[in-house]
Amino acid sequence: MSASEWRKAMNAGAGRTAWPRTAATPAPPRAAPWPGRGVASAATRDGARWLRWIGGRVRARHVLVLLAVLAYPLLAPPFFTFQIGAQALALGLIALSLTFLAGYGGMVSLAQMTVAGIAGYMYAIFATSGTNISLGWPWGLAVFLALAIATVCGILIGWFSVRTEGIYTIMITLAIGVAFFYLVQQNYSVFNGFQGFQSVKSPRVLGVELRDPVPFYYLALFWALAGYFAVKYLLRAPFGVALQGIRDNPRRMASLGFNVTAHRVAAYAVAGLIAAVGGILMVWYNGLVSPGSVGTSWLINILIIAVLGGMRHPIGPFIGAIVFVLLQNFAVDLVDRERFNLLIGAIFLIIVLFSPDGLLGWWAGGAARLRAGSARGRLGRRVETGKA
Amino acid sequence: MSRFWRWFWVVVLGVPVAAFTVWGLVDNAKLFLTTALNGLTLAALYFLVASGFTLVFGLMRNVNLAHGSLYLLGAYVGYVVGDKTGSWLLAVAAGFASAALFGLILQMTVFRFMQGQDLRQTLVTIALSIMLADVLLWIFGGEIYQFDPPRWIFGRTPLPLVQVYPTYRLVLLAISAAIGVLLWLFLNRTRVGMMIRAGVDDRAMLAAAGVNVQAVFAITFAIGAGLAGFAGVVGGTALSIAPGEDIRYQLASLVVVIVGGMGSVVGAAIGAALIGVAEQFGLAYAPTYSVVFTFVIMALVLAFRPQGLLGRRA
Repeated sequence: MSASEWRKAMNAGAGRTAWPRTAATPAPPRAAPWPGRGVASAATRDGARWLRWIGGRVRARHVLVLLAVLAYPLLAPPFFTFQIGAQALALGLIALSLTFLAGYGGMVSLAQMTVAGIAGYMYAIFATSGTNISLGWPWGLAVFLALAIATVCGILIGWFSVRTEGIYTIMITLAIGVAFFYLVQQNYSVFNGFQGFQSVKSPRVLGVELRDPVPFYYLALFWALAGYFAVKYLLRAPFGVALQGIRDNPRRMASLGFNVTAHRVAAYAVAGLIAAVGGILMVWYNGLVSPGSVGTSWLINILIIAVLGGMRHPIGPFIGAIVFVLLQNFAVDLVDRERFNLLIGAIFLIIVLFSPDGLLGWWAGGAARLRAGSARGRLGRRVETGKA
Repeated sequence: MSRFWRWFWVVVLGVPVAAFTVWGLVDNAKLFLTTALNGLTLAALYFLVASGFTLVFGLMRNVNLAHGSLYLLGAYVGYVVGDKTGSWLLAVAAGFASAALFGLILQMTVFRFMQGQDLRQTLVTIALSIMLADVLLWIFGGEIYQFDPPRWIFGRTPLPLVQVYPTYRLVLLAISAAIGVLLWLFLNRTRVGMMIRAGVDDRAMLAAAGVNVQAVFAITFAIGAGLAGFAGVVGGTALSIAPGEDIRYQLASLVVVIVGGMGSVVGAAIGAALIGVAEQFGLAYAPTYSVVFTFVIMALVLAFRPQGLLGRRA
């Protein structure tokens, strides 16, 4: 983060307590990096600012990617739409919650898949499935309850783990995640033990079966985009900027009057909600939820996805998820299907050893090298490829 | 801790435990005592695994999430050696040596080049544990292996009240206690142990005092990994070896170390005793919720003493 951005961050954060007043008096542009938040009365000026803001930000590549993901199911066969596209989007959404926590909050939580799994389990318990534990309530209510309970669990997990710092977080969240796995495996009265919930029914809305490839793809796309833009927005909002400040130097932020614990727990709440949405999508996608869905391998797979893509940008987890899902489906052509873990472990190891910023780091390094190459000809080869 | 709080905790924790003990003894003394013994032997096993984990973490700040895989590696190598030579003691030695060697190689080739990058080291250990688990599954398949220990430690021992108890579990208890004492002597009475303790307190100062810190790191990592491999054979004899055990012991050592305090071997012993006993009592008296007991202990410790029972604030 550059010095000017930092100063902006501090100003925005310090003005946090004065938010209600900024609605009455025109906010200084610096304190309101997002339009539409300053003057409520001047709607037309707002609209113009919006347009200008969007025009200043949107590049050709953004439009291209958006068009590509929108047109994808029209061009790809159902298998690619559902198994690759939709699954990558849903997994990416769960990994996005980890990227938000780890990349911007400095808290590497391995329990994000657990939160997603709690959402899935709760949906299966409240809605309809092949097991008679399920209560058979309407799906809207079930989704609402599942999201609420999972988010509360996410907050509780966060509340536990922020009591310790840094590397301890990873241990505690891993312990919580594995403990939840053993709980659902042992417990038959609520979680139906080893079997879990089979044939969980996904809803039918306006005569459209949501689990059909194309509708499910667009559903997953909608929530992936919503999560992506929500995270992007939050990162520029005072809360997100304060969170990044806390990541970089918690002691200094505490001395500036920020409540470090509250910010961290709030980050867990946001991440919990995002993961919960991803969890509901996953349970619709799979049609089942079982101890295997929240086992250690999946806790770690989410970490792999997030690290693979890169934690420096919210697009990272989606890139990581695409690579992961492609490997998962086509590793059989490269190596034995049984040896998928070995392959993904090796790729993870290589990424961690040689590109701490993931594939995005390679991309940035490659771009920098290209630029340096064209600027300095073939002489200058010493390019910084990101922090070690 | 003030006098009031000490009494507060004694009352809040002690009274329910005492009440449960009295009820358990009156209700079914045999079940209660057998469960207690089972809990202690499990605790002994947890201590063996967790002491290496806590030692490595205390000195190097390296959260070795491949520690469970080292357990499994030692167990499998020990099994192969025991199968070929027919000697259980050689199997134990091989389990220790193979895991120690693997740990030494890891420290020399990977971790020494990323000193101070906690997160990156941890991610590397995760990647290694995935790969190691898969390679072991590849070689040994999904079958369950059992050791063939000497006759004299595999019978049953008559005990008062409990009637009979597997001798091997008592041997395991004794081995673990002996290892604990040896570890304590090593850390407190030898020169290298002194260096390790100094390194836990202040790494930079130790280096400034002219000690070859890398050598101390390598020794510590080898011992920690070796203890995991040792526990693999010893524990594999009491129970069995199968894929998935690595995760179980990884979780156990994580929880034990979180409860006991990072970097403290005595803390690991206390944590192991608590978790092992709680787990066995949970399994005996409330089978479908036994994990919850472990978790409640961890949550309580985190809530009131985040650094662990014997840990020091970082």
